[in-house]
Amino acid sequence: MRAGKVWKFGDNINTDLMLPGPYLYRSAEEQATAVFQANRPEWIKQVQQGDAIVGGFNFGMGSSRPAARSLRMCGVGFLLAEAINGLFFRNAVNYGLLACECPGVSTAFEEGDTAELSLEAWSVCNPRTAQTLPVQVVPAQLLEMMLQGGIYPLLAAQGLIASA
Amino acid sequence: MGMTITEKILARAGGTAKVSPGDVAVVDVETACLIDLSFLPEGWREVLKVADPSKVMIVFDHLAPAPTVAAAEIMQTGREFAKRFGIERVHDIGRDQGISHAIIADNAYALPGTVLVNADSHTCAAGAFNCAARGVGGPDMLYAVTTGKAWFRVGETIRYDFTGKLRPGVSAKDIFLHIAGKWGAHVNQNIEYGGPGMSSLSLNGRRTLATMGTELSAEFVIFEPDDALIDYVRERNPKPFTPTIADPDAVYKERRTLDLDTIEPLVALPDAVVNNSMRISQVAGQHIDQAFIGSCANGTLDDLAVAARVVQGRKVAKGTRFIVTPGTQAIFRAALKAGHIETLLDAGAVVTPATCGACVGGHMGVLGPNEVCITASTRNFKGRMGDPSARIFMASPATVAASALAGAITSAAEFFQGDVG
Repeated sequence: MRAGKVWKFGDNINTDLMLPGPYLYRSAEEQATAVFQANRPEWIKQVQQGDAIVGGFNFGMGSSRPAARSLRMCGVGFLLAEAINGLFFRNAVNYGLLACECPGVSTAFEEGDTAELSLEAWSVCNPRTAQTLPVQVVPAQLLEMMLQGGIYPLLAAQGLIASA
Repeated sequence: MGMTITEKILARAGGTAKVSPGDVAVVDVETACLIDLSFLPEGWREVLKVADPSKVMIVFDHLAPAPTVAAAEIMQTGREFAKRFGIERVHDIGRDQGISHAIIADNAYALPGTVLVNADSHTCAAGAFNCAARGVGGPDMLYAVTTGKAWFRVGETIRYDFTGKLRPGVSAKDIFLHIAGKWGAHVNQNIEYGGPGMSSLSLNGRRTLATMGTELSAEFVIFEPDDALIDYVRERNPKPFTPTIADPDAVYKERRTLDLDTIEPLVALPDAVVNNSMRISQVAGQHIDQAFIGSCANGTLDDLAVAARVVQGRKVAKGTRFIVTPGTQAIFRAALKAGHIETLLDAGAVVTPATCGACVGGHMGVLGPNEVCITASTRNFKGRMGDPSARIFMASPATVAASALAGAITSAAEFFQGDVG
């Protein structure tokens, strides 16, 4: 079970907000300091390691930029959303950000609640309300990549790319 | 039960008889396109093996020519990679420069019935070519280049059947704004376009509509093949291909009919593309500082032609910046020969080299604080084209060109009166 303090975001949160264009050429560390600077500039100072993002519909819409890596690096432990944009989901798998779809999650949690996510039961619980919601199962081969740091270690182990 | 176009292509490329929504398909990639941003040091790793160099292509587009040392360095990395592995399809700065999706279209690198991946999100542009094409992340590209494969979650499909024909002055961008306004996002869904009205759209118009599928958050966006497409590809690419149509009993999540005669010019308000479309009359008179036509969505020869037609013999409003960026240098040259570039320059437009440029807020037209822009490009997100306080309206090239003349958002209808549809 993983527990994280909830930060709530709405529908259609796009990757330009998570990784602004001017930061594309900066280091991954610098990129991770600019998350949500246009829509929620104080958030980056408030988020703590292991916190959870609860998003709405179409979370991560937009470009292929590595926004999922920025979320992971700024401390986000896991992401739950009503629906996750397909390209963002790919990057979550490939950069090792735990991200799952969970219909109803945006109404089941308030900002500041704790979300308790179980990948054994594929459910999330809100201890404040005692409500438990089913979480959509991530296929095993993708979940393994998500939890083991993404695609780079996999390709390096096969001798296809250089190790970091 | 039968399969949709996308399902049939994924099944064939995966060597299986059938794929269905919910499956994870691992498929052979026919075309893998790397872009300049693929070689950013924070994403790129030294590649030790390339599965098949003839299936890899490289385009420098987001910041081309390089405006910064960092941009110049990533292109050096890309050139070294191409040289080491003998990759021949390299679109560097120069004659063959352009935006990857427009390069893919110009050269018919996207083959009907095959799978294409590209590190840029607007890759479903190649869906106009009956190609299962999807934008993927940097790590996916390393996976595709080194293993020749890609994985996809198979989604359900929404089918659009077009009837009728667009009226004069109405463009594919307006069809997109109509779909985005009426039906919103298509998250985790594929889009299939076809029907008796589809062939009335030019290939360039289909490209605009396919490209904008990214903004609907679709997985794959794919058009039915027709003779115009097959002839276009055969003239440019000698490789064999299999045009693919859906099975008669294909299963769709939903089927929607769209009468093209009923589409009106629309504009999207700032900050979101979907569920944000308005009639132009509702925002007419809104002052603008900049008007932009370009990007993988609207940098086609059709787009430059319509812009030139609107501004022919007229002048861009004082205090308004009108920036036009062709999708490729080949399109630039074609527009030059057709006289469109001279017309645009005479009117006071600035025509830039082919690049993503202002659309991605990189260079060639970045917006300052509180400025207002109307754009015929891909996105109007907050901060997309420059400062986060800038406001970005999105419309067709005709509407943008007419607005550039007025210095305010305005309808282009008067420029098309008397045209026969």
